[in-house]
Amino acid sequence: MDMTLKRGPVAAALGRQGAPIAVVLVLIGLVWYGLAVALNAQGAIERNLADLQWTWQDLVATTWAMERPVLPAPHQVAIDLWGSITGWPLNSPRNLLLHTVVTAESTLAGFVMGTLLGLLLSIAIVHSRTLDRALLPWIVASQSVPVLAIAPIVLVILGSFGLSGVAPKAVIAMYLCFFPVTVAMVQGLRSPQIIETEMLHTYAASSWQALWMLRLPASLPFLFPALRVGVAASLVGAMVAELPTGAQAGLGARLLTGSYYGQTIQIWSALVMSALLGLVLTAAMAGLEHLVLRSRRQA
Amino acid sequence: MNAATASDDTPPLAVDVRKASLVYNPHSDAPVHALSAVDLAIEPGEFVSLIGPSGCGKTTLLRVIADLEHITGGSALVNGVSPREARLARAYGYVFQAPGLFPWRTVLGNVKLPLQIHGRSARECESIAREQLQRVGLTGFESKYPWQLSGGMQQRVSIARALSFEPRILMMDEPFGALDEITRDRLNEQLQQMWQRERRTVVFVTHSIAEAVYLSTRIVIMSPRPGRIVKVIASPLSDARTLDMRDSSEFVQLAHEVREALAHGHDA
Repeated sequence: MDMTLKRGPVAAALGRQGAPIAVVLVLIGLVWYGLAVALNAQGAIERNLADLQWTWQDLVATTWAMERPVLPAPHQVAIDLWGSITGWPLNSPRNLLLHTVVTAESTLAGFVMGTLLGLLLSIAIVHSRTLDRALLPWIVASQSVPVLAIAPIVLVILGSFGLSGVAPKAVIAMYLCFFPVTVAMVQGLRSPQIIETEMLHTYAASSWQALWMLRLPASLPFLFPALRVGVAASLVGAMVAELPTGAQAGLGARLLTGSYYGQTIQIWSALVMSALLGLVLTAAMAGLEHLVLRSRRQA
Repeated sequence: MNAATASDDTPPLAVDVRKASLVYNPHSDAPVHALSAVDLAIEPGEFVSLIGPSGCGKTTLLRVIADLEHITGGSALVNGVSPREARLARAYGYVFQAPGLFPWRTVLGNVKLPLQIHGRSARECESIAREQLQRVGLTGFESKYPWQLSGGMQQRVSIARALSFEPRILMMDEPFGALDEITRDRLNEQLQQMWQRERRTVVFVTHSIAEAVYLSTRIVIMSPRPGRIVKVIASPLSDARTLDMRDSSEFVQLAHEVREALAHGHDA
């Protein structure tokens, strides 16, 4: 009884959404196992079962237990994940947690930089009509350039300054993150009603005071959804940045080596890990939002 | 010392508007004369209501005095200086139609807002805000958030906020227009008592005849197209008033006079 009274917002949300989530999970599992059979069948017949008399049961069992399947079965990925986390010390390159931490570092660094850049840009845009017209088209255009094309350029340029490791990856993460923050904050900083702006005018408030006491607090409900999108975009940026760098560590590097050696299970483990990391990061943002905005109801 | 007060020792008029006009879109085919040749002088300590139908320029006139709009002709002075200088000198508090409370601030935090903008110390802000809330009868609600309060209480917070820095002039733009009649009566009574106690200059925009008659020492009747003043009636009622007075013959007579003037202005 106490449990139901004391449970937090996360538990409450799970309680509400638990059943639908479970149903979707079961459906995904069924489809996944089915697809694993369909996609791996040909390889299994050619390589594993060629000289044998096999039944349907043999085929299904084989497709779910291959060493390099086209599509590994969920339990294979789970076992690989578990093994890579528990089977090796934390500082071993075979431990997936090491790679997760490496990627999380550049993700968070890029996220903080991107959020700050987005805040600065949006404040500049809201306060200057010239900047509004001059900057916004470029900001939008910047996002139509594929990040895969930008990444090597950034790496080369930053490399010429002697910067490597986290810095170039963070810059690329920032490049993806600042955009949603900028767009949402421009809208958020402009969200105060005329009456609120005029009220500050009658108090003879400076525009810095108006920014600090009205515009920024009014923009928070716009900022947090953008932070959730931004942190996920940062993760994508950080992983993409690990691809062309020949990075030794990171989930992106793990994806790349996996595909070099046809280690599909390893690729899927890295994918699942990046999805989990993304979930944790966005959930952290949602938690922060709940904490900061809990006293507010209507706008 | 400024030019207006240097010449003599009497304090300047709280509001001195002469031949003021305000035209929107002056160069278009259909210029809008929001205000036309408006003359209005308000002595310190008066309670003046501006009343008239929609579009008569009563809110526009108030906004001109508050430096929220700018006249295109004539002159306007507040406390002997321009509306802009008066605003920068924090000469007036303005109460809008909606409470306009910040949802992220508590009731106390909302009343503190102008004080913080004016750079008062944290301790001063706190004590003044508490005192102001007490004056509007909201002691005990300091740490509530605006959404936890009724509409009438929210508007009382906004009045406490407007008065927090003790401006000599209080401007109110249909402050009780969105409230139910019972709440409105009670707030009118409280506002009247506050005015009696403190004798602040009040400029009050309303479209309710009963409200204007009950509160004002002078009633300014306005008419639209172009926005202008058609009549100014000095109230014969004594300054101390009760809600029961609304049934007295004096009150009814005055309300009748205002209604006649409004109807007359509308025909003209």
